[in-house]
Amino acid sequence: MAAESVNDPILEIEELVMAFGGLTALMNINLRVPRGKIKAVIGPNGAGKTTLFNIITGVFPPTEGLIRFNGQAISDRKPHQIAELGISRTFQTVELFNSMTALENVMTGRHLRIRSPFFGCGLALPSLRRQEKSLKQEAMALLDFIGLAAKSEIMAGALPLGERKILEIGRALATEPQLVCLDEPAAGLNETETETAAHLIQAIRQNGITVLLVEHDMKMIMDISDEITVLNYGEKIAEGTPKEIQRNPLVIEAYLGQGGGFEIG
Amino acid sequence: MLRIRKAPMLAGALLILVFPWIASRVPAISHYPDLMVFAGVYALITIGLSLLMGYAGQISLGHAAFFGIGAYVSGVLTTQYGVNAWLAMLLGALAAAVVAVAIGAPSLKLRGHYLAMATLAFGIIINIVFREEARWTGGPDGMVGISGLTVFGYALDSAGKYYYLVWGIVAAVFLFTVNLIQSPTGRALRAIHASEAASAAMGIPIARYKVIVFTFSAVLAALAGSLYAHYMNFINPATFDLFFSIKLIIMIALGGMHSIWGAIIGAIIVAFLSLEWLHYFEEFEIVVYGAVLLLVTIFLPEGLSGAPAKLMARMRR
Ligand SMILES: Nc1ncnc2c1ncn2[C@@H]1O[C@H](COP(=O)(O)OP(=O)(O)OP(=O)(O)O)[C@@H](O)[C@H]1O
Ligand SMILES: [Mg+2]
Repeated sequence: MAAESVNDPILEIEELVMAFGGLTALMNINLRVPRGKIKAVIGPNGAGKTTLFNIITGVFPPTEGLIRFNGQAISDRKPHQIAELGISRTFQTVELFNSMTALENVMTGRHLRIRSPFFGCGLALPSLRRQEKSLKQEAMALLDFIGLAAKSEIMAGALPLGERKILEIGRALATEPQLVCLDEPAAGLNETETETAAHLIQAIRQNGITVLLVEHDMKMIMDISDEITVLNYGEKIAEGTPKEIQRNPLVIEAYLGQGGGFEIG
Repeated sequence: MLRIRKAPMLAGALLILVFPWIASRVPAISHYPDLMVFAGVYALITIGLSLLMGYAGQISLGHAAFFGIGAYVSGVLTTQYGVNAWLAMLLGALAAAVVAVAIGAPSLKLRGHYLAMATLAFGIIINIVFREEARWTGGPDGMVGISGLTVFGYALDSAGKYYYLVWGIVAAVFLFTVNLIQSPTGRALRAIHASEAASAAMGIPIARYKVIVFTFSAVLAALAGSLYAHYMNFINPATFDLFFSIKLIIMIALGGMHSIWGAIIGAIIVAFLSLEWLHYFEEFEIVVYGAVLLLVTIFLPEGLSGAPAKLMARMRR
């Protein structure tokens, strides 16, 4: 990827359409995610935000349109291939490996970075044991970075929601992505927890990782995003900096129409 | 169920080692090593099958077919083409692997129980092949005259000797599987079992892992089939029918789906039930299995290997 430069967007979406039977969840969406920034996608319930994430990460192919990651078309790839290319994600309803410890969850996140040959594993080759040791250290370092080092041996399913959300972000980071898609990282969190999550997301950007963020918490969005795209009923209705979005009458109307969830703190 | 402790493993190995000696001192059970050969053959299949069911979350209703492929490839190649028995065993395993990939790759790409359907159909078809291709298989009457096995010129010509071969292989496969579960591969399998969406997002190729596990289980079943053929010196299609595939599922359910220990215990119990204790029931045998399966699913959903933990929990209350 010689042509790839810091000025090129890391992700480009062109004329994206997603139809579920008769329901068009996304209509002619154009979106560019600038490299190294935090880009937010907001919109009322059912606007199509999670659907957008699912298409980017290969959960289902788009009905129409093109997605380019680092200039390369990716709309026909499987989820695990997308992960291999360097896009990771979290899920709106936390999808941790509940019966595994926090440490094991992060270790699993490093699957792409390690070797796991079937026969080698069955024979417990010394090289694989050594790999397992350093893998554990790397995973611990990551748990430390997200502030969950003390919880390493606790089953993911037994952690409180705030920590589960953070752990899921940690697991996504373990893949060493270039782009991480976070689907409502603050949903269900209290104020302090939300702040922790916001700090973490900023720290991720400082590490050079691009963030695509879906969130309903307007304070968090306005505080940390560099650029915001607003979806409503599957259509893009606005785009701009947090300041521009706050003033945009279309945006205010979309949120007011939904019962006025648009508070800017 | 992840931490497999060393102590029970050593105890198990020791028990297996001295069992023939004990059996030879007690007239009432002097024929038990013979039964244990069958139990070991079954255990080889159930170890792979429990990996498939417990970790990949898939059911095969056609493992009797892979068992049969191993047995018939060994039988036909050694009796009709003079192929070395060990080479034939290898070829049988290879044949099973090829078939498993051919069945597994398309059906494991889809979500849901397509593998169960595909293996069910495959098992029935293979059984018809065993019955109809009489030139090679001897048809419904089966084929006789399959030789015994020799190791470096040493003939394994008694139940006692064959016992050690079979259980030696079971021990090796058990160790391999235990290592596997505790390795990155095992972690990936547990992740797939916990959440397919999240596993895929972490870059784990789900379909590939499922095909690998299915193929591994098919290879083990074929190996078991070859060992069976060379021990019995005779095979016929009835051994490899749908009922046996179901019996394998019963062994797994009885022992406990998420435990390699359970797979072995289930295999031993069903071997003794079907070859010794249920003789008197004759055609009602299947009713007894039905009842066992029902009782286990109601009272011991974790199988026998989960029973101690359950008992402890109850006593503490
Ligand atoms: N797999 C699917 N099959 C059918 N319809 C779907 C599917 N996924 C989403 N939809 C529909 O597409 C629309 C957009 O849903 P989506 O989950 O993307 O919204 P969202 O913006 O994430 O909403 P929320 O803020 O509530 O999470 C909804 O009407 C939803 O019912
Ligand atoms: Mg959503």
